[in-house]
Amino acid sequence: MVCDGNEAAAWGVALSRPDVVAVYPITPQSSLAEYISQFVADGIIQADLMDVEGEHSVLSVLHGACLAGARTFTASCGQGLAFMFEPYFRTPPMRLPIVMSIVTRDGITPQSVWGGQQDAMTVREVGWIHMYCETAQEVLDTIVMAYKIAENRDIMLPVNVNHDGNYLSYGVEKVVLPDQEEVDDFLGEKNTNWHVALDPERPMSVDPLTGGAEGAGPALFVRYRKGSCKAMQNALRVIQEVHEDWGERFGRIYAPLVEEYRLEDAKYAIVTIGSMSGAGKDAVDLARESGEKVGLIRIKTVRPFPVQTLRQALSRVQAVGVVDRAVSFGWNCGPMYQELLSTLYFLDERIPAVSFIGGLAGADITIEHFNRVIETTAKALRGEKFSEPIWLNEK
Amino acid sequence: MRRQARKPFDESKIPNDLCPIATELIDLKTGDWRAERPVVDRDKCVKCATCWLYCPTQCVQEKPTWFEANLEICKGCGICADECPHHAITMEEELEE
Repeated sequence: MVCDGNEAAAWGVALSRPDVVAVYPITPQSSLAEYISQFVADGIIQADLMDVEGEHSVLSVLHGACLAGARTFTASCGQGLAFMFEPYFRTPPMRLPIVMSIVTRDGITPQSVWGGQQDAMTVREVGWIHMYCETAQEVLDTIVMAYKIAENRDIMLPVNVNHDGNYLSYGVEKVVLPDQEEVDDFLGEKNTNWHVALDPERPMSVDPLTGGAEGAGPALFVRYRKGSCKAMQNALRVIQEVHEDWGERFGRIYAPLVEEYRLEDAKYAIVTIGSMSGAGKDAVDLARESGEKVGLIRIKTVRPFPVQTLRQALSRVQAVGVVDRAVSFGWNCGPMYQELLSTLYFLDERIPAVSFIGGLAGADITIEHFNRVIETTAKALRGEKFSEPIWLNEK
Repeated sequence: MRRQARKPFDESKIPNDLCPIATELIDLKTGDWRAERPVVDRDKCVKCATCWLYCPTQCVQEKPTWFEANLEICKGCGICADECPHHAITMEEELEE
């Protein structure tokens, strides 16, 4: 079929058979909420759809539903995600396997309802797993996979499946709908509340006060923090296993953590994330035609950060240019560039890296922009220094 | 809820680093947080139960002809004194013993 990214996401939700969905509409996620409402009304999704008064309640409702044993879904972005932040922060340490789409949108202010990854990038350090998709098909497939990852007993963490507002949310593509029975078989039995439960037969206090500094509180706190970190590291393995399983069953193979494109004999590479990667690959193809030894690295999984997989990819090249669709205000660069610098520490040789920031507030990152990225990274390869980030859409 | 997963909860199968839960009650004596204690004038108290209704810690206990706070639990917030329609409750400073 042919559909946009938001409809593809809704189909991914439908195939995963959630029990409870709560959404509050916000541009550019709104049509995803509308598709889900329509699917519930048409009986395609057999779930309770909760119309609540705001995003804080959306996620709080899903906490309760998940504790009662439901498979749950929501979607948000931008200011909605900001309003959701209080329950958002407590979802991972409660180890609730909720799946949520962030249809990424730039951060206010200046006022903008358009695409950008500032919202999702800003909340990446809270304990949710974060995966960024490139195509509508990948959005659909990754949402189904996300349930299998989230509900894995070695993980039990919520998952954000992120797709670019405007470009993926409204961009129409050919999408293959997997067979429901095959998806059921892939996902297997659901059990979201084996660890914490709202159960009158066995009353318990979920997430109680752990006590003050003089008691067992700090030691308990460390235990649960370490548990969350361990689950994140387990996810590096499970995300790969689930993607491999998906590839074998459905024939669509995705790089689970880091995608390498034309990197075999590359001298330098550009790093992308999300939907911009398509234009990036086209630009790499064109540069290759004119003899440039350039490749592309696409980061799909941002949390857990795939340090070793990215290190392997980076070890093939001698210079790298990172294109971010968000800003790290305190570092005067893009957030993925900042994190890539940490990964470079694990390389035997330090290589030059350049930060590019583009696609803010709905701006398109075109092949021409990527030509500039490639040319600039080539200059860095030849020894030119770039200490400031390069803003691609600056006029 | 149409497809609810149902399995009995088994605490022993949960890794101890997974999620904080509590299955036993631990008494937290909030009385030692108190800076002021409510003192009831039994002549003025008509047992209307307004203090009992408003107490946020639900520590007000019924006595033969009056109500008074359980001082093991009472945090000394003073809401009962504020709400009492007969001004029968005064807050008195806790002094070192």
